[in-house]
Amino acid sequence: MSAIRASESSLLASSQQEELEDLPKDYPLSTSEDEGDSDGERKHQKLLEAISSLDGKNRRKLAERSEASLKVSEFNVSSKGSGEKLVLSDLLEPVKTVSSLATVKKQLNRVKSKKTVELPLHREEIERIHRQVAFNKTSQVLSKWDPIVLKNRQAEQLVFPLNKQQSAFAPIEHVLSGWKARTPLEQEIFNLLHKNRQPVTDPLLTPVEKASLKAMSLEEAKMRRAELQRARALQSYYEARARREKKIKSKKYHKVLKKGKAKQALKDFEKLRKVNPAAALEELEKLEKARMMERMSLKHQNSGKWAKSKAIMAKYDLEARQAMQEQLARNKELTQKIQLASESEEEEGGTEEDCDPLVSDVVNEVQVKANRPNPWMFRNHSSDTKEAETQEDPEELAGSMAHEASESEEEEGPVAEEEILLKEFEERRSLRQKSGLNQIAEPVGRPETKDSSSQAILSELRVLSQKLKKENRQSRKQEVSSVKTVLAVQREKPAQEEEEPLLLQRLERAQTLDKLEELSKEGCFQNKELPRAAAEGQCLERNPDNHLGAPKEKKKKEQMIDLQNLLNTKSPSVKSLAVPTTIEELEDEEERAQRQMIKEAFAGDDVIRDFLKEKREAVEASKPKDVDLTLPGWGEWGGVGLKPSAKKRRRFLIKAPEGPPRKDKNLPNVIINEKRNIHAAAHQVQALPYPFTHHQQFERTIQTPIGSTWNTQRAFQKLTTPKIVTKPGHIIKPIKAEDVGYRASSRSDLSVVQRNPKRLSIRHKKQLKKNSID
Amino acid sequence: METAPKLGRDVPPKKDKLQAKKKKPRRYWEEETPPTAAGAFPGPPRKLKRNRELRPQKPKNIHIRKKSRISKKPQVPKKPRERGPQRSLSGAQDPFAGPAPVPGEVVQKFRRVDKSKKLPRSKSKTRSRLEAAEAEEEEVSVRAARSELLLAEEPGFLEGEDGEDTARIRQADIVEAVDIASAAKHFDLNLRQFGPYRLNYSRTGRHLAFGGRRGHVAALDWVTKKLMCEINVMEAVRDIRFLHSEALLAVAQNRWLHIYDNQGIELHCIRRCDRVTRLEFLPFHFLLATASETGFLTYLDVSVGKIVAALNARAGRLDVMTQNPYNAVIHLGHSNGTVSLWSPAMKEPLAKILCHRGGVRAVAVDSTGTHMATSGVDHQLKIFDLRGTFQPLSARTLPQGAGHLAFSQRGLLAAGMGDVVNVWAGQCKASPPLLEQPYLTHRLSGHVHSLQFCPFEDVLGVGHSGGITSMLIPGAAEPNFDGLENNPYRSQKQRQEWEVKALLEKVPAELICLDPRALAEVDVISLEQKKKERIERLGYDPEAKAPFQPKPKRKGRSSTASLVKRKRKVMDEEHRDRVRQSLEEQPQKQEKAAKPTGARPSALDRFVR
Repeated sequence: MSAIRASESSLLASSQQEELEDLPKDYPLSTSEDEGDSDGERKHQKLLEAISSLDGKNRRKLAERSEASLKVSEFNVSSKGSGEKLVLSDLLEPVKTVSSLATVKKQLNRVKSKKTVELPLHREEIERIHRQVAFNKTSQVLSKWDPIVLKNRQAEQLVFPLNKQQSAFAPIEHVLSGWKARTPLEQEIFNLLHKNRQPVTDPLLTPVEKASLKAMSLEEAKMRRAELQRARALQSYYEARARREKKIKSKKYHKVLKKGKAKQALKDFEKLRKVNPAAALEELEKLEKARMMERMSLKHQNSGKWAKSKAIMAKYDLEARQAMQEQLARNKELTQKIQLASESEEEEGGTEEDCDPLVSDVVNEVQVKANRPNPWMFRNHSSDTKEAETQEDPEELAGSMAHEASESEEEEGPVAEEEILLKEFEERRSLRQKSGLNQIAEPVGRPETKDSSSQAILSELRVLSQKLKKENRQSRKQEVSSVKTVLAVQREKPAQEEEEPLLLQRLERAQTLDKLEELSKEGCFQNKELPRAAAEGQCLERNPDNHLGAPKEKKKKEQMIDLQNLLNTKSPSVKSLAVPTTIEELEDEEERAQRQMIKEAFAGDDVIRDFLKEKREAVEASKPKDVDLTLPGWGEWGGVGLKPSAKKRRRFLIKAPEGPPRKDKNLPNVIINEKRNIHAAAHQVQALPYPFTHHQQFERTIQTPIGSTWNTQRAFQKLTTPKIVTKPGHIIKPIKAEDVGYRASSRSDLSVVQRNPKRLSIRHKKQLKKNSID
Repeated sequence: METAPKLGRDVPPKKDKLQAKKKKPRRYWEEETPPTAAGAFPGPPRKLKRNRELRPQKPKNIHIRKKSRISKKPQVPKKPRERGPQRSLSGAQDPFAGPAPVPGEVVQKFRRVDKSKKLPRSKSKTRSRLEAAEAEEEEVSVRAARSELLLAEEPGFLEGEDGEDTARIRQADIVEAVDIASAAKHFDLNLRQFGPYRLNYSRTGRHLAFGGRRGHVAALDWVTKKLMCEINVMEAVRDIRFLHSEALLAVAQNRWLHIYDNQGIELHCIRRCDRVTRLEFLPFHFLLATASETGFLTYLDVSVGKIVAALNARAGRLDVMTQNPYNAVIHLGHSNGTVSLWSPAMKEPLAKILCHRGGVRAVAVDSTGTHMATSGVDHQLKIFDLRGTFQPLSARTLPQGAGHLAFSQRGLLAAGMGDVVNVWAGQCKASPPLLEQPYLTHRLSGHVHSLQFCPFEDVLGVGHSGGITSMLIPGAAEPNFDGLENNPYRSQKQRQEWEVKALLEKVPAELICLDPRALAEVDVISLEQKKKERIERLGYDPEAKAPFQPKPKRKGRSSTASLVKRKRKVMDEEHRDRVRQSLEEQPQKQEKAAKPTGARPSALDRFVR
């Protein structure tokens, strides 16, 4: 048995030890030990005995005990054994360790627990790890500053030293309490204020007002109190009643209640209508709104869940059928229009108008509005009226078109096209008449200015107007312009123009077919020339914006503008009140004739030609040149008079890339120099600063001038504020955590870390950890 | 009747109850409960406090920009700032708290950035910069709009009584009607002895210098009529002009150009400028431009006394010259009907405009630099638009061509025709003058030889063969002057100070160009050149997009084949994009190519060499 115990003990040694350690010291191991407390000596004796019995002899003895199975029968329990008495301590024995095995066990444990000591790391490795840790910690600490750094970088201005004392703002009351009126004026004012008991500091209420608020007689207060009490009581009654009523579950009760309410409501309404029609009207509108809601919703359409279930039952259940019917009826009722008001109004109209015409009028109006047919429903009905409007419309449209020049291309209604055409013709006719009038009027208007220039203008005008007349005759014949006829007109046109001494016919002739089509759309081309010639001055003067602001139109027209026209503007002459007299007096007939001759001698033509030539040369000069790399004689016969073949020339010609279009491409009377101003370019920005990737972005930021010439004083100051302002004579200390609202300790942490990253004390480590968590 | 509204007056009880559930309704007899004290809820406030401790507080001395302060609707006053109750001492509240609203159109007037131009997409950092610039611009323009209130004087014109033609109003009538001080500004100097006069006002409009053909040169403070100097140079005087201040006077004499001071002492004789016919002074560049009979346009820097540029116009005798006050470009009129525009930086004219059939007799440019008036031998008076198009806006034939033209500060155009002066007015400052109806006319005692509007005074000075006439033209001049720039009332000390400042702010001559705003643009050509050079130097483009590198994928999917395939895909996509782009461009090219082919190609064309 002891062997078993021993083996057990050895097996369980470690676990027992642990258990024993775990147990608290004051825990009673067993009750038997408590019994033997009193007789300590005896117990000690026994313990000694027990220890001695652990010897080998005893063991053997105990082994012999196994033969005592005879004595111990399973049928009776005898206390007689080998003469030994079973002591409780015997039973406790296995708890104790076996001393003989303890050393072995210890050794075993030692062997088990012993681990091989790892090779220490390299010094570099250790340092690296230390560095890494230190870096992580430092960066963690420092990252806290990131927002501040960012903010400071983005700030418009930084003022150093940073911990500037804010000028204290004292509330006005404090200032006032410390302040005393000194000057006679101030004293007088304060005297006045005090006399009238005006508030000096707290300006809300004057003492008089406060007193009046406070003053309320006792009876009044009592009455008020009673009133309030009653009101409160009533309120609580009502609340209680409502709560009770709400809890009633009887459907019938609710149905009756509802019906009653509805009836009551109707009655009320009738009453209200008699007493206060305006309020009644509002109610009516509410009804109308309810109707609208009903029409919108699917509430009573028998489409809900309940309704569907009822529909299944309806075949067999009368009640369900009725319920469904009811619902439908409700729907009908709600969606029905309210007619009663108008009917009643008709009945009572005569009487009511007498008594209260104003109110009834208002009522009538609104009701009419309410009763107006639904626009969606009566579309057919109103369409005839609309048609009438549309019939009127084209006329207006045509009228407006007539006012606008014929060149304005707009989408025209197909119906009105013919009318518009007719209008155009009419307009042209009127224009022609006008030009005729001009012809007549101009000589009449200023007979005294018989200048040669005006004569020339007149003659040209006459030619133009004649041309126009011819044109008009043609167009009148054509009636509806078609492409063909216009083409014919175009064919005729050059012939007509050849009569005139125009220099730049080429430009006009170089019109392609599509141009002609455009013209056919617009109407007649030649007509346009006249308005320009005759009324260009006015036209341009009237709307220079049109001239500038419609680049699209201009582009089309640009080809048609030619230099001749530009210079030959038949500008109306100025009616001057004070005409310079001296020359007129001096001039003779002969002199005038001579002048005319001189004028004709250098009139216009060569000036224009020269200019065009100059422009052509300028254009040629500015064009990038092709590079010809052909070598004569290579790969073919060479010699005097032999030119390299076209094929070869083509092959070795390097074409220069076409540059951007010239600025004066569409401006016939202008030569703009395209050369770069290198002197000015030296002053321009040639590199983009950092955050910008495209020059346009950067240009946007420098477009606002910052000088005081172009800005107000304050704006100038703001635009030129220095990025950093320092106070002279002040030490600029490095930024501190307190300055920006951090706790003070963080900075010291940082300094410690920086000073000695290896030797971090536990306290510091903990704090760091905490900070990082925070 | 569930949905039917209650017809009675009483409020539905249900709703009331709901409200009661949410919050106990406050009765009027109850005391107004103060907001819950901080001690009532110990939790959240403390937390807040802690948060505030940890979070960095906004440093007080860092100024962050605020948002715009423009009100789009000028009528609606701005809401008062929510900074707590703003009560004055007396208890009265400001009914119009906050900054005063500024109407948008006035602000628009001071805007300099053209927002219609789309910018290329930008990164966030760039965008923030752009936004900052935009906010700055807006604030500046708002401030400028605010300060417009300070322009106390309002311009106005003479207006005829119903249907009365203002041109019929004579100078005598005007003089009679105006106050004494203004009436004193109308005067005639009868100087028949020394022939037709040229005149010039100083930039402040306070001083007047005139020189007669027969050598009479005088300078005076014309407002007080105090003579500064009067000399006879004993030589024909072609033109006279004040330099930057009234202390210096340039006189183009028969032979050379002379410079006198206000005492009439000759300071310089510039022999390199000979046979000068016209003078023009560019005040911001300190350049004296001279046009000579020999056809040279010479720029003389009067601050250092050097000739900056001498340009040969190659158009014969030059006797028509004016300057564009907006961009300091010199306009020369030539006998072949062209007007050429010059800058000292370029040997050739910046632009040439064919204006008239005959020669050009006079040119004038208005103060904003948008309109140019020309008159030619063909008796026409034309107004051109100078903003890029150079097209005539309006034209008139005058009974006798105008020999002299002048624009006033507010855009009135004066023309001298023989012995008559006509003045035309536009509708407003920016619009060109309407040539239909003259605004005022005046007949002089002699032929007009020189015209100039006096700055900051409603006065037109006319030099003619009979002397000098100072006419009153209501509404001609800018009523508000900039005291720091051109102060008519400045003292000598102020003048000296201004002179130093102006010299410090002198604009280099080479910056004169047609569009001065182009100087605020990046020089794209040299920018690209630099970029190219850098690429050459480095051997690669540092700003180029990196070639596509497929990311490795897991589970054996990033085999070499698939990597190549993915690369290929991206490459193909890019290629397709490029092709698409070129296809879009092609039709335009084809159109261009199709146009010149006029006749059908013949089969025999192949033999043409």
